[in-house]
Amino acid sequence: MIEFRLETRSGIAPYLQIVQQVKNALRLGMLRPGDQLPTVKEVVGSIAINPNTVLKAYRELEREGLVQGRPGVGTFVLKGLEGPPPQAHLALRRSLLRWMRSAFDAGFDHDGIAALFDSTFREATEEEIA
Amino acid sequence: MNVALETSALGKRYGKRWALRDCSFELPAGTIAGLVGPNGAGKTTLLHIAVGLLAPTTGSVHVLDSSPASDHTILSRVGFVAQDTPLYANFSVDDLLRFGEHTNEGFDIDFARQRIERLDIPLDQRAGSLSGGQRAQVALALALAKRPEILLLDEPLASLDPLARRDFLRTLMEGVVEGGITVVLSSHLLADLERVCDHIMILAGGRVRLVGDTTDLVRTHKVLIGPSGRPHTITGVANVLHESVTNRQATLLVQTDGPIIDPAWTVQETSLEDIVLAYLEPELAPAGLTELHPVPTQEVAR
Repeated sequence: MIEFRLETRSGIAPYLQIVQQVKNALRLGMLRPGDQLPTVKEVVGSIAINPNTVLKAYRELEREGLVQGRPGVGTFVLKGLEGPPPQAHLALRRSLLRWMRSAFDAGFDHDGIAALFDSTFREATEEEIA
Repeated sequence: MNVALETSALGKRYGKRWALRDCSFELPAGTIAGLVGPNGAGKTTLLHIAVGLLAPTTGSVHVLDSSPASDHTILSRVGFVAQDTPLYANFSVDDLLRFGEHTNEGFDIDFARQRIERLDIPLDQRAGSLSGGQRAQVALALALAKRPEILLLDEPLASLDPLARRDFLRTLMEGVVEGGITVVLSSHLLADLERVCDHIMILAGGRVRLVGDTTDLVRTHKVLIGPSGRPHTITGVANVLHESVTNRQATLLVQTDGPIIDPAWTVQETSLEDIVLAYLEPELAPAGLTELHPVPTQEVAR
C-alpha cells in the first residue's frame, strides 16, 4: 500500500499530484498489477484533502488504463509502467550526481542548478517532440 | 444539477448598515465550499441566515430546496458548527452526546462515541476543560452524528494549532466521504481551504465577489511577467486583476479566456491564495456578481 503526499505550494493541481505519485510508484515497482490503491476514505483520513480530488485522480488513472475501480471493493492496479531496469537508475543517478558536483564547483547555487536543469530539460523534450 | 444551497438577492441590514447585500449564488450538492472574506464581510451573517438563526431583510435562501425561515423541519437535515465551537462547559462529553441524542431525531450516538474514543478524548471529561482542538472535534462529532445532508461551519479552524487543524480537517473529510455531505466552511486559512475545498466563495463588504470551482479558478488565472512600458493587450487575457510595474518589468495577475502565446510574456501558474487575495483588493470595483467574470474588463488598446 502506498501513501500520498500533497505539496500545496507546488502549483500542481492536487489531483495531478496523486496521479503522478501513483505513476511514480508504478515506475519504481512499489505498486504492481493486482495491488490495491488506498481507498478514498483512507486518503482523506491521512492527508486531509477533498474526497472528490482523490476520485478525480483515480478516474484519470482509470481512463489511462492503469487502474480499475471495482464498485464496493476498491481500486486496483491493472498494469505497471515499464521503465528502464533498476541498474539504469543507479548509473544515471551516479552520473547526475557527478554533474551536480561539477555544477556546484563551477559556482552554481541550488536555484541556478534547478533553473539550468529545467531549461535544458524543456529544450531537450521540445526537440524530441519537434 | 442538484442545488444544496441557493440564495437570491439575499440581504441583511442592521440599523443603517448592510451586513450582507444582493447576495445571489448557487452551490451544487456534494461540493465542499470555502467561504472567505475579511472580518465583517458578512460570512457569519450568511451562515446564520442559512441555518435559520437570522431572518433576512431582503431576498431568500433555500437550503436543500426548503426555506429555513419558514420550514423548521429542514433543520434536522442541516448541521451547524458555530464560531469558537461553543459547548455547555459543565456537561461531560458523554452528557453532550446524550443531549444531542435526545434533541435530534436520527442522532447516531454510537457513531459519535466511536469517533471521540478514536481521538482519545475521555467521554467523562467536562467540556469546559477540553483543549481547543478537542472541543472542535467534539463539536464536529456532534454535528456529524446528526447525519446532516449539509454542514455549515463558521471558522472552526481559527483557534486551532496547525496539528489540531489537520486532525479536524481529516475528521471532516472522512465524514464527507461517509455521508456524501455538502460542506460550507468559512476560514481565513487559505492554504487549508485549498486542500479541502472544490468551490470557493469570496465575500467582501457584504457582497459576493466570486463563486467558482477552485480548479477552474486556478486554471484560468495566470501570472504574466514581461517588460514594462508595453501596452498589454494580450491575446488570451480577459481581465487584469493586479498589476505591479517597475521601470523594467511588469507583473500581472490575469484572468485568461484562452492560451497565452505572446512571446513577450512569461506565463506562470498562480495559487488559489493569490487569486483570492486579488479579488479581496478594495480597489476592485464592488461587483456583486456571482459568475466567474465579476471584474470589469480593463480594456487596453492594441
